[in-house]
Amino acid sequence: MNSTKKLQKSWFEPLAPSEKNSEVLAPQTGYWKDAWRRFKANKGALIGLVLIILLLLIAFIGPLLNGFDYSTQNLSISNQEHLSGHFLGTDSLGRDLWQRVWYGAKVSLLIAFIAAFLDVVIGVTFGGISGYFGGRVDSVMQRILEIMYSIPNIVVIILLMMYLEPGILPIAVALAFTGWVPMARVVRAQILKLKTQEYVLAARTMGASHFRILFKHLIPNVVGPIIIAVTFSIPSAIFFEAFLSFIGLGLRSPAASLGILVNDGYRTLQLFPYQLFWPALVLCIIMLSFNLIGDGLRDALDPKMKK
Amino acid sequence: MVKYTLKRFGLMLLTLFIITTVTFFLVRMLPGTPLANEEKLPAEIREQILQQYGLKDPLYIQYFKFMGHLVQGDLGMSLSQNGRSVNELLSDRIGPSAIIGFQGILIGIVIGLLLGIAAALKRGTWVDSLASATAVFGVSIPNFVLAGLLSYWIGVKFGWLPPALWGGYEYTILPSLSLSVYVIAQVSRYIRTEMVEVLDQDYIRTAKAKGLAWRKIITGHALRNAMIPAVTVLGPLTVNILTGSLVVENIFGVPGIGNLFVESIMVNDYTTVLGTTIFYSILFLGVTFIVDVLYGVIDPRIRISGAKE
Repeated sequence: MNSTKKLQKSWFEPLAPSEKNSEVLAPQTGYWKDAWRRFKANKGALIGLVLIILLLLIAFIGPLLNGFDYSTQNLSISNQEHLSGHFLGTDSLGRDLWQRVWYGAKVSLLIAFIAAFLDVVIGVTFGGISGYFGGRVDSVMQRILEIMYSIPNIVVIILLMMYLEPGILPIAVALAFTGWVPMARVVRAQILKLKTQEYVLAARTMGASHFRILFKHLIPNVVGPIIIAVTFSIPSAIFFEAFLSFIGLGLRSPAASLGILVNDGYRTLQLFPYQLFWPALVLCIIMLSFNLIGDGLRDALDPKMKK
Repeated sequence: MVKYTLKRFGLMLLTLFIITTVTFFLVRMLPGTPLANEEKLPAEIREQILQQYGLKDPLYIQYFKFMGHLVQGDLGMSLSQNGRSVNELLSDRIGPSAIIGFQGILIGIVIGLLLGIAAALKRGTWVDSLASATAVFGVSIPNFVLAGLLSYWIGVKFGWLPPALWGGYEYTILPSLSLSVYVIAQVSRYIRTEMVEVLDQDYIRTAKAKGLAWRKIITGHALRNAMIPAVTVLGPLTVNILTGSLVVENIFGVPGIGNLFVESIMVNDYTTVLGTTIFYSILFLGVTFIVDVLYGVIDPRIRISGAKE
């Protein structure tokens, strides 16, 4: 064995001060920055994000562009597809369709956001408590979850709506009544995994209360999966809201939501298909964007889940 | 395995009991009565009708009577259709719903499977892009919009198929297609994911190394293993078909159970609403139960450990 390299003196000479930190490191990225990088790389998700931002902008700015409002009727100009000032024409009661579509989009989105918010509050609390305390508490709460999960949600929502006065908040509540269940399942599964981590033990040793450990230490680490679940619960809320209005259990005219507009459009479909086309298009774009964003977020925030 | 099955069965019965009870009281406390033109009826006749339908008893007595009949499979008399029982109504309406439901699921599974397999085999090509586009559009286009578009374009504009109503076989095609799109989306996405994972497994490489024909590897080794987890989507798919049928039957005027449900909500027909809800719940719980048990049967790992996940 004579391959032992000769040690050279120069190897042991100190570096010049300017070269000291010359180690090449990848720039450090945090969880969110990393997620955003992965999200940006997903073409579909970006398209979804841009679409939804554009749509929101138009929904708020668009109605200012012509001087009508969503509820004023004018029977002398009913069912006009091309009429100056009315960008999308008028409906069967002479109301401006452009105004109604954007008003309806805002109402539908508002209902979906309220429902999603309620989903998070109920689902995170329920799932968090169930997963964190475990044991008997968990098994009782799990049975409740299983039962909730196995009831066809559309039937429950319909029954609740027969009972509640149709309005924005009651619809959101009815949607959240079954909507929180998937959220609770996701949060519970995550908490079960996380609660054995050392930082939880450390916090407990230092005398932190259960409440503090759960909401200050554990929940912030579950934000990723929660956001993903929310993104998917929004399109589903929009779908159910539209569906309720469609079968006549949602909001009532002259209020407008995308579901009501689609329903109105059906009445005149044979003669004036444009009245169905525009609200249906906006509805589809909203659903599509949220689904695309949801897919992108799932891949970005939770790379382990991507197969 | 037996213990697991029994446990699931018990939970199913408990769930059904809770649903029935809650629905019963919810429906009974609804505002309004099932009697049309109530004000115009003389008081005695009104009393008599309420008596006849047992609506005069205290609520809890009504409840016990109802449960007693339910155990024997009797859902009671319809309040809106004179002299007909809810069982009769349901059995009249189940045919059309079953036809479009089964066709919808069948079309969806066949096309979804083919699309999902093609996407997994040709990962990163246009086939893959087509499949993922189909999957996103399929879940994003609400079925009531899709049903309307199909009815309008294929039914009215081109006149290829009847746009609505119920007659011969050709009347079932558009409703079934409307129901199948969501199924296609879900199945193709699921099968693609599972196939991609399975194709990376060692036993596929071994099979390839042994010189097995590629076709045989796909059908005999990869697909069979990819199908196992895919069985679990059957539950959610049934729910979707059920929800979808409420809308699709209304748009196309199919005389099915979804139509019956919406009709009886409109006229406050308590017993029919209750009966239909119970019917839907049994259907859904039954499918979930079968899927769970089936999952244990086809996947030995679960048969031994006794639980999913």
